[in-house]
Amino acid sequence: MAIISSDALLICEHCDTVYRRRLLARGEVAQCARCHAVLERHQGLSINVMLALVLTALIMFVQANVWPIITLGLNGQYSDSTLWGMIIAMWRQQAQVVSVLAAFTLFFFPLLKMLTLGWLLWFARSGRRAPGFMPMMVTLHYIGPWTMSEVFVLGALVAIVKAHVYFDVLPDPGIYAYAVLTLLITVFAGVDLRQLWELTTEPNA
Amino acid sequence: MNALPRATELGLVGCHVCGLACSDAPFRRDPEARVACPRCGSALHRRKPASYRRTWALLIAAFIMYIPANVVPIMRTASLNEIDNNTILSGVVELWVKGSPDLAVIVFVASIVVPMLKFFTLGTLLVSSQRRSDWALPQRARLYRLVELIGYWSMLDVFVVSLLTALVRFNVLSRVEPLPGVIFFGLTVVLTMLASMSFDPRLIWDGRDTDD
Repeated sequence: MAIISSDALLICEHCDTVYRRRLLARGEVAQCARCHAVLERHQGLSINVMLALVLTALIMFVQANVWPIITLGLNGQYSDSTLWGMIIAMWRQQAQVVSVLAAFTLFFFPLLKMLTLGWLLWFARSGRRAPGFMPMMVTLHYIGPWTMSEVFVLGALVAIVKAHVYFDVLPDPGIYAYAVLTLLITVFAGVDLRQLWELTTEPNA
Repeated sequence: MNALPRATELGLVGCHVCGLACSDAPFRRDPEARVACPRCGSALHRRKPASYRRTWALLIAAFIMYIPANVVPIMRTASLNEIDNNTILSGVVELWVKGSPDLAVIVFVASIVVPMLKFFTLGTLLVSSQRRSDWALPQRARLYRLVELIGYWSMLDVFVVSLLTALVRFNVLSRVEPLPGVIFFGLTVVLTMLASMSFDPRLIWDGRDTDD
């Protein structure tokens, strides 16, 4: 019996059908013949480009957190808030559960994701596995669905429209930084991070 | 052998975390074996462990939270002459009447349609897969992927209430306070996300197999 390297096989995550892997051309998407789930996409972004995107996202994330997001005005009084201002306000208003949810999905998980990715990609540029590669890849897999910055941007938009009826609404730098961050997240959406397993080798192997 | 062989037929098991195709030899000897993926070290399973039980439990818990999330107000707006308690639905209606109808549709979809769709879809998937039904297999698979993709957008309303709470603080003139409904709603979203993650979509396709 011929032994095929396990890297050459692809198992559909949605229905367990096994495929022999094929190199994909630019723009090609491999789809499962049984359940039509996407098996694999052509990964058009090089490691350097991914690293550049992650670093840009990190800079934008800092801006998005440092600056106020929106200012409201009422009869000459003004009130603004940053992301952390919002998290603290919810904590003080007896909604600690929501405060913690927002802190994790909008701050800690996105930050952890960007820092981890930056670290892994920095080493992956030379084909190496960063120290802590294995637990970090597993962590990235688990926090993936729990980063919600793009939902927050839409939420800010809804809040603006709601507040607009009663107040003067002035957008602040934070909201622009968030808009750019959302664009970067969209560009990154097609990236399958599992490719890092194949693009890097263990230092001693 | 089938033209589209499944992992079990080839003696393989796919790692849930890193996707590596691993040998299922340890499971053939002992179905309850604890095996780690040779590449990422995560525990290997043919199917997500206790998928039906976990998904049912989380889905029912989410549904119990969903009732107060809709009945209890999520936000109070207070000004000099009036105090108003808003539920999720009244927020959508207000946005439709005073703001922009298109945004009202988005909020309606995110806060009401998506959670309902999740309860309906996961419930249907659980029942049909437990009965090993082979009804509408590709459609059921697609529905699951849709729920996975859009699930977290339901957090929208939670973030809207949070931002308004932080922004609208003009003392006696105008204030916004969160009310317990928003906590229930946040918990509903988290629980439905956990429920859809615990469901193993491979179970949809297991009905026709004779093994296991």
